[in-house]
Order: sequence, then C-alpha cells, then structure tokens
Amino acid sequence: MEPPVLTLSGITKRFGALVANDAVSLDLARGEVLGLLGENGAGKSTLVSILFGHYVADEGSITAFGVPLPSGNPAAALAAGIGMVHQHFMLADNLEVLDNILIGTEPLWQPFSRRREARAKVKDTARRFGLAVDPDARVGELSVGERQRVEILKALYRGARILILDEPTAVLTPQESRDLFATLRQLVVEGLAIIFISHKLDEVLAVSDRIAVLRAGRLVAVRAVGKTRKAELAELTVGRKVEMPVRERRVPGHAVVTMRGIGAHDARGHRLLDGIDLDVSAGEIVAVAGVAGNGQQALANLLSGTLAADEGLLRVGGHPLPADPRAWIAARVARIPEDRHAVGVVGDLPVWENAISERLRTPAFTRFGFVRRAASRAHAAALVRRFDVRGAGIDAPTRALSGGNMQKLILGRALSVGGDAAPAFILASQPTWGLDIGAVAYVHQCLLDAATAGAAVLLISEDLDEIFAIADRVGVMCHGRLSAVRPAESWTQAEIGLAMTGTEGAPHAA
Amino acid sequence: MRLEARPEISRVMFVAAPFAAVAFTLCVCSLLVAWAGAPVGRAYLLLLEGGFGSRFALSEMLTRATPLILTGLAVAVAFRAKLYNIGAEGQLYAGALAAVAIGGLPASGALPLPALALFVLMFAAAMAAGALLLLGPALLKTRFGVDEVVTTLLLNFIALLFVSLLLDGPMKDPGAMGWPQSVALPAELELAKLVERSRVHTGLLIALALAVLVWIVNRFTAFGVEMRAVGANARAAAFAGMRVQTVVVKTALLSGALAGLAGCIEVAGRAGYVTLDMSPGYGYSGIVIAMLAQLNPLAVVVAAVFVAGVLVGADSMSRAIAVPTYIADVIVATSLISMLAATMLARYRLRWR
Repeated sequence: MEPPVLTLSGITKRFGALVANDAVSLDLARGEVLGLLGENGAGKSTLVSILFGHYVADEGSITAFGVPLPSGNPAAALAAGIGMVHQHFMLADNLEVLDNILIGTEPLWQPFSRRREARAKVKDTARRFGLAVDPDARVGELSVGERQRVEILKALYRGARILILDEPTAVLTPQESRDLFATLRQLVVEGLAIIFISHKLDEVLAVSDRIAVLRAGRLVAVRAVGKTRKAELAELTVGRKVEMPVRERRVPGHAVVTMRGIGAHDARGHRLLDGIDLDVSAGEIVAVAGVAGNGQQALANLLSGTLAADEGLLRVGGHPLPADPRAWIAARVARIPEDRHAVGVVGDLPVWENAISERLRTPAFTRFGFVRRAASRAHAAALVRRFDVRGAGIDAPTRALSGGNMQKLILGRALSVGGDAAPAFILASQPTWGLDIGAVAYVHQCLLDAATAGAAVLLISEDLDEIFAIADRVGVMCHGRLSAVRPAESWTQAEIGLAMTGTEGAPHAA
Repeated sequence: MRLEARPEISRVMFVAAPFAAVAFTLCVCSLLVAWAGAPVGRAYLLLLEGGFGSRFALSEMLTRATPLILTGLAVAVAFRAKLYNIGAEGQLYAGALAAVAIGGLPASGALPLPALALFVLMFAAAMAAGALLLLGPALLKTRFGVDEVVTTLLLNFIALLFVSLLLDGPMKDPGAMGWPQSVALPAELELAKLVERSRVHTGLLIALALAVLVWIVNRFTAFGVEMRAVGANARAAAFAGMRVQTVVVKTALLSGALAGLAGCIEVAGRAGYVTLDMSPGYGYSGIVIAMLAQLNPLAVVVAAVFVAGVLVGADSMSRAIAVPTYIADVIVATSLISMLAATMLARYRLRWR
C-alpha cells in the first residue's frame, strides 16, 4: 500500500482551558475522500486551521507527501499542495473575482498582472469543474453561494493536490451538490486527496470513502463508508440519540402576509425581486427554496423591514408596513436573519443587551431614557433558560457563543418580539445554516411549535432536507421570481431542481 | 513571527494594556533622554517631581488636565460609536470663540443680562459651537458616506484660521497693544479658583462631573446601548431597529459639545481671552487620552492626569537639565503607538514559529 499523502499525528491544541483538539491522529490516502464529521465546536475547524497553518498546534506533527510540514505557515501549506475552502470566506469584497483568485499567486516584482492568461485559465478551470462565476464581478456583490464557488476555484487554480472543503454544500442546490460530488470523484480519480468537512450525514455518506468523527476535540471513530449507517454516525457525533421533529398536519387560518406583484431593485437598478405573489397564513409554514443569490436575500430583507419594494402590494396583518425594522418589530414580526454574526447580534455587546436590543426603546426595557437593568437582565436570563442558550452567561460578550447558541439567542429574541403575545409572523432566513444536528432539531421544533400556536412562518432555505422536514407549502425562487407555491407533498426532487435552475417555465399566476 | 487570535480576551490583560504601554514608552524615551546627554534616572525623577511632586506641580498638572479630560471625553464618546472625531482641537477653539463672543458682550454694553444668565448662556453657546462644528462632518458621513477622519481633521485648520481672522479683526482686543488676542471676559464670568494661590479652577469639577455623567450615559441609558451597538456593528444595530444615522448625529453633537466646553472652560478658567496658542494640541492629546483610557470615560480622567503630568513635568525637567520639552510630545505620541500595539497584543498572541 502506498504511503498516505497526509499524516496528522497526535495533534493537540488548547485555548486556555479549552482543549479544541485532543491528540488527533489521522491519515489521508491519495485518491480518497475523507469525510470529517462533528458538531460545531467539536474541533473540525481548529484541526484544519492547524493543517493549513493558521494555528500552531501545541503538540503533534503533520507530514504531507512524506515531508514534515512546517507549522504555522500557510505559505508552506499552499506550497505543499494543500488547498483550503473556508467556511467563512477569505475573499476581498472590494476586488473582482479574478483579482481574488490571483492574489498571492503572482510575484510582486512582475510589472504587469498577466490577467489575460489568468482569465483564460480561470475560465477553463471554472468550466471544467462546472463552477459558473463571472471573473469580472465584484466579490462584494456576489451571493454567499457564488463566493464559495470563487473559493473552490481559487484553490483549484493554485493547483491544490490536497483539497480541504469546509461545509462546501451548505449553499448549493441538490443538483449542484451532486455535480460537486461528481467533480470531487473526478478529482480523486486524478490523484487528489480530499477532506470533506460537513455536518450533513447524507452528504458525507454520499461523497466519502472513509468518515472520521470528531466530538469534543477527540477523534471518536473512523469508519469506512460501507461499514456504517446514518443512525450510528448521528449518535457518534452527538454522543446520544437525537430525535428529529416531525411535522404534523395543521389547519391554516387567515392570511397574515399578503404579497401581490412585489418588485424591488438595488441601488444600481438591478432587479432583485420580480412580481412576487405570496400568501402566508396563520398556522402554516411556507418555505422558499432556491440557490443562493436568486433574490432570497432581498425577499428576507423586504420582510425584515430593511428593504423597500418599488412596486406591488405588501400587507402584514392587513396593514402595509414601511421599510423600517421598528415598524416590523411593533407588528410582532419575528425576524431571524441569514447572517448571525453580521446582522443577528452585536458580538461585542453582552448577551443580555442583545437579548433586548429589538425592544430596547419600549417601556418594558427603558424608562426615562435609562435602561431598566433589572427587568432587562431578568428577561435575558429567562430567555437564555427557555431557549437553552449555553456556553456563556448573560454578561459575556455575545461573540463568545457558538453558532448554535447564538442562533438560539436570536431565535429567543425573535420569538419574544411581542412580549407576552406570540409573534404574528416569523421570517426565518437560513435558520439552521452551519448548525449541528442537535441545534437543527431544536430550531425546527421551535418553528413547528410556533406554527401550531398560530404564527405564520416563512422559511427561506437552501437546504431541501430542512424544507421537506417542516414546510407545509413550498415555492422556489429563481432570478428574483417565485414559482407557484404548492403543498410540499406535490413536489418531486426533480421538479424542485428544475425550478431552481429556472427551467420550470413561466412563473405562476395565483 | 505571526499573530494568532486569542480565543478570549482576559480582563487582566485589558486593564494591564495601558500600563504596559506607558512602561514601554518610558523605556523607549529613556534612549532619547540618554541621547540628549542627560542622566535617565534623574531626568525621569525630575519629570515626576515637576508633574506631581509638589503643591505647585499638582496644581499646574490639574490645571492642564482640566481641558484634557474634556477633549478626552469628547474623543472617547465619539470613538465608541466609531465616529472618528479628530477635530476636537477645532471644536475647542469654536467653543472658546463662542464663549468670548457671548461673555465679551457686556463690555460692549450690547446685552444687559444678569451675570448668572450670561454665564449659562456662555456655556451653552460654547457647547453649541463645538457641536455645530462636528455636525457638518457627521451629516456628511451619514448622508453621503464621507470619511469623517478627513473632514474633522481638515476642519481643525479652518477653525484655527477663522480664529486668527477674528483675532486680527472684529474680535481683536483694542487694549492688547496689537497682540492678536480677543476681548477679555469680565471678571464676574470667570471661573472661581479651587485652590488659593494656584491656577486650579472650578472647571476641574465640571470636567470630573462630566466624566461621571458620560460614564452613566454610556453604561446605563438606552442611548448608551445604541452608541455601543452602532459602533460595534452598525448593520446588526439597524436590523434590531436602532436609528443608526440618528445615533451617529446625536453622538457627534455630544462629542462636539464636550470639546467646545473644553474651550469655554479654558477661557473662563485660565486665560480670560482667546489667543491663537491657547491650546497646545489639547484636541489631539484627547485622542491619546481616549485610547489610553480604552474609551472608558472614568479612565479618561486617569489618562488625562498622566498626560498632563508628563507635559507639566517635562517643562520643569527641561529647565533643570538639558532635555528639550519636546520629550513630552514624544512621550505622549509614543504612548499612543504603544497603546495601539498593546491593544492588539491583548487580542492576538504573538507566535515566533
């Protein structure tokens, strides 16, 4: 048997008292896909950060292609042929795609950038791997999904022979995911080795040859794909059995949100939303599926009060609402934004201030301009208890929370938007993005309970498993248009896929 | 050598950072002192004595610290909301001018008002003038995204030249024998002395009270939460329903008013009139003070005392041994750079491998 291309031996990394990686030893063989499974905080990101030289391990060593890899040196990792596609994108928003790919690949003394050749090579690479990206687009204007494609392209462009993908499918359609898997298979046939990090069991089972499971910093199991099952993997990652919530049939009530012919443009006149017709009734969960960058974000912004429609009619509870988050909060709209860190919370403020931030200026939390500390902190403490936010007290900076706990905090704040009154409408935009299985189950249960209690719920998601797990009716967005919104049971996977790529035909009427 | 983010920032390190920065600064500056040919230990001892070592030194230091506390507060308030107000110097002069414009009125007999009313009006005018000077940059920032660092910095020069214009023109004191200085305040508008036979005046109490007040606003009011939220993450603040632009403008008004007040108190407490060299860069030192204080209003007082002590002590030291007073400016400037480095090191760990 030929020697492994990559060997991690006894990697240990401590952050203060926290042991992020505890003596992790792993091999990666040429031509294999190794799935790396684990909950958030299990140490996956730390491990690959060490591998890629962003962190220095306290103990242990790494060997790539038989040569010890100098620690803490991303340039050496790159030179050794290790390519990384990060979960949090490492792209310069103000530069074009091509420049982002070229950064660091050209010597500084070269007077002119060889852009023409580079562009051709980028386009060629993109075509070969089916990663459609406009090399001249500015990264800041790309959707989350498109940015990830740029990241993958960047690694491939640099000739990576070991490719590390951190949650790569989170933003892809099923077809695109399948295409990516095919691409990955093609790559391993050509001799690459791939580490595929994910928390989605089906995906890992579909794409990997072997699966390594991390839990609380330890490597708890390595299984060949043929010799394990989904249930076993779920138990290994979480350390206990997980019950996924089940949707029950509910009878929808009156329409809470009504949209007729809604259109919106961005500041430069590009169309974001085009003739959206949508009703969401009390007691039902309507899901909007689609590939990232097809207008879902605009729809979410519109329904969060941060974007104004240029045309059409929008009513919530029978009234029009202005594009002002305060009005939406006052109308008891629970809003769960897509980007937890950038939009959901102010990371530097303590947990308790974030818990009340939406209703800061209401009499419940402010009197004569002064924050009612006792009431606010009591509310935050109750919220933290009720929504099981763990990992930090209410005085800790919110950024100290893990993704799942931060999402629970946002969920708690959103669901208590009406004080004691239940929310009228819940907008959940990618509510489980990047969360582990336990947190996903929790968020889904909360949304299902809220719908049962009579809230109208709109779920915007790129995760079809999620959509079919909890949605009553489903529509698909493509190029700013929304397909017919039909009962979840009436869609087939193939139909959804076609609708996502816009080949379904004309958008619906009624 | 590389930087690695610390998973958590310890409170100890956060508190220790300014002290480490000051210690490092003194080490670096001792090289300069040695270069000037003076004994390092004696120089620092003289500096310490000159700044804090006697009744006279303390009173001079506190006199100097008074405007520094106010400009430090002005900067700390603004920086907390990520409004980079570099223009405290100009706002200070605007406040001083407004104070003299109102306070000098009785001399011309234009405004027959009781002294108390005039006194209040004088303070209000100074605060309004400082606030208005920062309102422009704040509106340009919120409306058009114009960088306030540039606008506030450049406004300093405009303000100073405007002062120069007035001091040689309409506001020139006819009794000053040709010196470019403004008409003086009448004695009843001047601030009382706090300590006999010294220059310490009640302005110090006003500055200390404002430090506490700003701390309270920052920590206990809804506006304080909004300022901190907007400064830390404006997008999230807007999503949560805060009026980001309004918060920035209100912060600007508060910051400018504090700097304007510094000018008024300098005039009413110390000089009695405006000159072009009234402020030896109090507005700029305010930036150093705010950074040393980690933007904490109460710590601003401590940082202002340190900077004032260095400034006053260096004067006294340079009279005793051959080290130019510029060493004070070097110490203040170096401590800013060290502080920035210390803040970074509190957040990141240095790895040598």
